[in-house]
Amino acid sequence: MTTTEFEAPRTETREPILKARNLVKTFGRVVGLDGVSLDLYPGEVLAVIGDNGAGKSTLIKCLTGAEVPDTGELFVSGQQVHFKRPQDARVHGIETVYQNLAVSPALDVASNLFLGREERLPGPLGSLFRILDTKGMRKKAKEELTRLGISTLQDVTVPVENLSGGQRQAVAVARAAAFGSKVVVLDEPTAALGVRESNQVLQLVRDLRDRGLPVILISHNMPHVFDVADRIHIQRLGKCAATITPQSHTMTDAVAIMTGAAKA
Amino acid sequence: MTQQQTAGPPSAGHADLAEEFLDRQTPLSRIRNILHRYPALSPAIVLLIAVVVFGLLNDRFLRVENLSLITQQVAMVGTLAIAQTLIILTAGIDLSVGAVMILSSMVIAQLAVSNGIPGPIALLAGLAVGLGSGALNGFLVTRFRLPPFIVTLGTLNIFIALTLLYSGGSTVRGSAMPDMLTWLGSTFPIGPVRISTGVVMMLLLYVAVAFILGKTAWGRHVYAVGDDKEAARLAGIPVNRVLMSVYLAAGAVLAIGAWIQIGRTNAASPNAGVDLNLDSITAVVIGGTSLFGGRGSIWGSLLGALIVGVFRNGLSLAGLDVLYQTLAVGILIIIAVSVDQWIRKVKS
Repeated sequence: MTTTEFEAPRTETREPILKARNLVKTFGRVVGLDGVSLDLYPGEVLAVIGDNGAGKSTLIKCLTGAEVPDTGELFVSGQQVHFKRPQDARVHGIETVYQNLAVSPALDVASNLFLGREERLPGPLGSLFRILDTKGMRKKAKEELTRLGISTLQDVTVPVENLSGGQRQAVAVARAAAFGSKVVVLDEPTAALGVRESNQVLQLVRDLRDRGLPVILISHNMPHVFDVADRIHIQRLGKCAATITPQSHTMTDAVAIMTGAAKA
Repeated sequence: MTQQQTAGPPSAGHADLAEEFLDRQTPLSRIRNILHRYPALSPAIVLLIAVVVFGLLNDRFLRVENLSLITQQVAMVGTLAIAQTLIILTAGIDLSVGAVMILSSMVIAQLAVSNGIPGPIALLAGLAVGLGSGALNGFLVTRFRLPPFIVTLGTLNIFIALTLLYSGGSTVRGSAMPDMLTWLGSTFPIGPVRISTGVVMMLLLYVAVAFILGKTAWGRHVYAVGDDKEAARLAGIPVNRVLMSVYLAAGAVLAIGAWIQIGRTNAASPNAGVDLNLDSITAVVIGGTSLFGGRGSIWGSLLGALIVGVFRNGLSLAGLDVLYQTLAVGILIIIAVSVDQWIRKVKS
């Protein structure tokens, strides 16, 4: 089996939106990332798969500012960046949906969509008294959900804790999609979901891609990965074992590379 | 939650049925949902029932003078409950509120009386004490990641000791102080009722804090941090800065509480109101704010303080021994927390 990073021909000429080079991250004596490089091109879904402890989460955390890599370089649209905290990545248009969702259960849907970047009323009411534009945010939240085709969330004033798992996931994805201008990163978005809800989330991923927003998708679920991904980055023992496409390899091949049964 | 919100497109078939099955509503769960959405509602109902019952038991209870007396009696606990609510909303607890308030009041009184410092500057010094105490609590909670319970248990003792060391254990009488310091003990008439300025000050604080919690991003962040700290951090909220600002805000409220305390008792005493620490927690808990953070309302705490005041006043008017008042408050706390637990089960 010969696998290279050049197999998807359409990616050769384009400048990657997100480019990581030789990322290394250690935790004490444990090596989380051992020189990983990654390219994300416009309008593609890049899946990152790997066994437990292969460095998937660490890789994603380094890309989104939740962890700072020891060494290695990170480029957004060709410009080198250094992320110290999640906000830094956010400023560069990288939005992340974390596995634990990062939604605030007691706050309503609209508040959650705007959590951490609330909008204030125009004029002195907003600048002097710092009053939130609750109505405006609710309206925008509704528009955003409609635009994303999330029909299951009609009422943006419902507290998130009253929602089902899929609806919460939809809120988190909607937040990322609404504010992510360059990249959306989804960490195990279907892990806790049922069949129908998973399909809804996967459809959301396709919709994002169709709108030109590249997506990084971390998942354990091979059928889901092979369903939506354009390219698949396989992590193994802290390194990138291979980058394949659903066309070039089967699920069995991917699992074999992931577990080390086959050389990439 | 209505079924409309959970039911997906009709084509989804069986999956919908399954979800509806999980979300089936009973009248009881509907009540629970309403109480969950409006945390100040349950204490409001309790207060209303208590007022009606005590009014029926004794016709003196509903007299204007008596109601005015109750509000004056809850002015202290009510003010401390504001600070306590802010901290409990972040899933913390502050055992030192009463001690901070007393320390601040001693500093204000001593500076004005022993050092002859003008009233406004003495009050500013009291504010600095409140902010400093809040900063110490906040620093220990955010930097050393100690549980707020332990931090404030420690600072409670520290502040009590500092108060006694500073004051030498002696009380400063109101008659010796500048008028400004005892101003919040004065009353003014509205019709037949005499309103205490201290009570008005407390109510203004409630309005201000309710506004900030409900209408500003900071208020929303306070709830988010108490609700789920990690989620708040990942959403880009500077969690430690929010926590620190909450402890500072609480300290500022306590300094104003010190001013109210001096007016109310017409003195600054190092031994006054250490039991106010626990009373403020009682008011917040009875007011429906969850000790687990992220849920509750500042108005609930005012209602909680009023409920305690109404029970104490009503029971004593009914001729019951003071021990029964304490007994009643104890039972109220247990009921309030049980109701809170029951309401929280609304989470799916």
